[in-house]
Amino acid sequence: MKEIILVKYGEMALKGLNKKTFEDMLVKNIKRRIKPLGRFQLTSAQSTTYIEPLDDDIDLEEVVDRVGKIFGIAALCRACVCEKDFEDITAKSMDYLDDILSRAKTFKVTAKRADKAFPMKSPEICMELGGKLLEKFSHLKVDVKEPEVTVTVEIRDTNAYVHAENIKGAGGLPVGSSGKALLLLSGGIDSPVAGWMMAKRGIHIAAIHYVSPPYTSDRAQLKVEQLCQKLTPYCGGIAFYCVPFTEIQEAIKDNCPEEFFTIIMRRLMMEIAQRIAAKDNCLALITGESVGQVASQTMAAMACTDAVCRIPVLRPCVGMDKTEIIEIARKIDTFETSIQPYEDCCTVFTPRHPKVRPQLADIEKAQNSFDFEPLIEKAVAGTEMKTFNVED
Amino acid sequence: MSVYLDNAATTKPCEEAVKAAVDAMTVNFGNPSSLHRAGLDAQLCMDKARKIIAGTVGVQEECLYFTSGATESNNLALRGIAAAYGRRKKKIVISSVEHASVDETASALEKEGFTIVRVAPREDGRFYAADFADACDEDTCLVSMMYVNNETGYIMPVREAFSLIRRKFPDIITHSDCVQAYMKLPVRAKALGADLISLSSHKIHGVKGVGALYIKKGVRVVPVITGGKQEKGIRSGTESVPLIAAFGAAAEKLSKTIDERYERLTELKSYLLGRLSGLDGITVNSPEDASPYILNISVTGKRSEIMLHFLESCGVYVSSGSACSKGQQSGVLGQFGITGERADGAVRISMSAETTEAELDILADALAEGIEKVRGK
Repeated sequence: MKEIILVKYGEMALKGLNKKTFEDMLVKNIKRRIKPLGRFQLTSAQSTTYIEPLDDDIDLEEVVDRVGKIFGIAALCRACVCEKDFEDITAKSMDYLDDILSRAKTFKVTAKRADKAFPMKSPEICMELGGKLLEKFSHLKVDVKEPEVTVTVEIRDTNAYVHAENIKGAGGLPVGSSGKALLLLSGGIDSPVAGWMMAKRGIHIAAIHYVSPPYTSDRAQLKVEQLCQKLTPYCGGIAFYCVPFTEIQEAIKDNCPEEFFTIIMRRLMMEIAQRIAAKDNCLALITGESVGQVASQTMAAMACTDAVCRIPVLRPCVGMDKTEIIEIARKIDTFETSIQPYEDCCTVFTPRHPKVRPQLADIEKAQNSFDFEPLIEKAVAGTEMKTFNVED
Repeated sequence: MSVYLDNAATTKPCEEAVKAAVDAMTVNFGNPSSLHRAGLDAQLCMDKARKIIAGTVGVQEECLYFTSGATESNNLALRGIAAAYGRRKKKIVISSVEHASVDETASALEKEGFTIVRVAPREDGRFYAADFADACDEDTCLVSMMYVNNETGYIMPVREAFSLIRRKFPDIITHSDCVQAYMKLPVRAKALGADLISLSSHKIHGVKGVGALYIKKGVRVVPVITGGKQEKGIRSGTESVPLIAAFGAAAEKLSKTIDERYERLTELKSYLLGRLSGLDGITVNSPEDASPYILNISVTGKRSEIMLHFLESCGVYVSSGSACSKGQQSGVLGQFGITGERADGAVRISMSAETTEAELDILADALAEGIEKVRGK
């Protein structure tokens, strides 16, 4: 029995004339992800992409797992391919759905007749197939309101498809359809989640991380690299920029008032990030900030950091509670990595009493007391780039 | 020159494994838990092996935990699941031919109040998936089935049984001791439907003293050994980086040739069967469709231990029953319907990809001589 995977588009199905651009991007993203699993034929029609395996030994579960992480997809399901013939549809349904119907107590049948040339109308298909299934699975009851299993028959142009389980897709828009942005990745719980959320809106992510040896360790950097790797199944390939930040942090400590350390550090991080962003065609910065989570994430503090930004700063976690962020981190499997306890550059030289409501003028004055520019240039010049790709 | 035909007991470490172990002892000798670079290098060395081995069974690397060997893996699987899920579900289903590390652990749990059901083969000497599914009920927390039997090479219907069980009781945890199958047949966690898988290094040309347990994400296992929370707390104790590195190297090497070796071993086995068919008084105990790596035979009227030592005097090393039981008569053969004289005379020949036809000739000649010279009881 031949099985295929139906991929139903998310909101891109609503796009107008440029829908094709989104669709092409999605198909390209799907192809890239499943290529290592074998040979496939992909066809798209009516806001659905059909993934047809061409080799016999393909692990469809793995395909579903991978495709389920790709943005731009509302739902996906494994379906059995039938002839456009009611007899065949009935016979294959009984066989294909044996497992799931044996376990279920209630069910209903729905039909979608895209090909109006098919002799039976949708309600007729539902009734007839429902009747046949009841004959074989006599323990079943029909429940049209809240069935445990919904058997769907789709009559399309070339074939009919039967499926019973819709798997929720990752939603959003195909990665790449919204351009590129640079994610400030610290190694904490929030920033990978922020990256994932913006990738969901179709943004291709690059990441930037600041290291301050000897205050931070190789392990801390490795942890951030692992986070990058963990994001790739969702975000695709990620360019990872690692900025040497020790001299800047030491200069802040030596030249600025302690209560401003964090804000000035963040302003300098933003400055460096923008320069890297410009080089890599990134149109915005992304951070994992959430209002009020720590002293540097108050609105006043954000105003002070944004004052140096010439491109938008996207903060998808801004209105989320920590628990909500953690929930996503667990879902995308970055949580366990994020909580490894290594010092990162944000925790180096943390002021005892950071300014909660800093005034921009005070901050600027403090920062201007020292010429950071040569150090910024040096840091940008010393930045190293690595690429992380999805592992096969 | 000796002919080593006891590869189910242990294998000779391959060069790659030895080199990896030596490197980890001389270069990356740090403690993987240390924060400094020496520690990190050791950890990276271990991570590499973890990734390779996880890849060979088709699982995520963070789901693979290193242990001191498959005996520990099996202990951890049974005891760990019993402790996590056994408060309300007091039943464990295993096969009647498990390795002692499963069987004895199950017996120990029986003394602690668990009910152990041992599913036996039917009269035809074969196991049926339905029998395992029928043995399960709402009170069952774990089903443990080896994939390939270590004494006869019999391939158990693990995939079929686990799939039936999953259908009826989706909450039951499934464990498979894949020691004699790993790197001989394809072992994929998903395809088998196994939540837990035990692996051993020294059966795949790695080094003794290390094994692994795959634990599916979301399955809770209570650790048996507590301490410094290595292996994410599942198995405390400083990891043996050299042995782990060797395990990874051996797995990497062998994973590329599973199909090719299987074919070669199938040919070797049929060659050996051809040679043996010319000898009087030899009965084959392994079923035809068994793993080609293991052939269990009986020499009628000759006690296996005596035959073993006679073969040894000809430079041929085989085993009587399972080497772990140091020559004790095996209950496992009885389960397969091999009893009395036939069981007394059972000899296990276990091959590797390095076995040659010439070596099998030496074995066959030695057996022929033994049949002639060794007196009966």
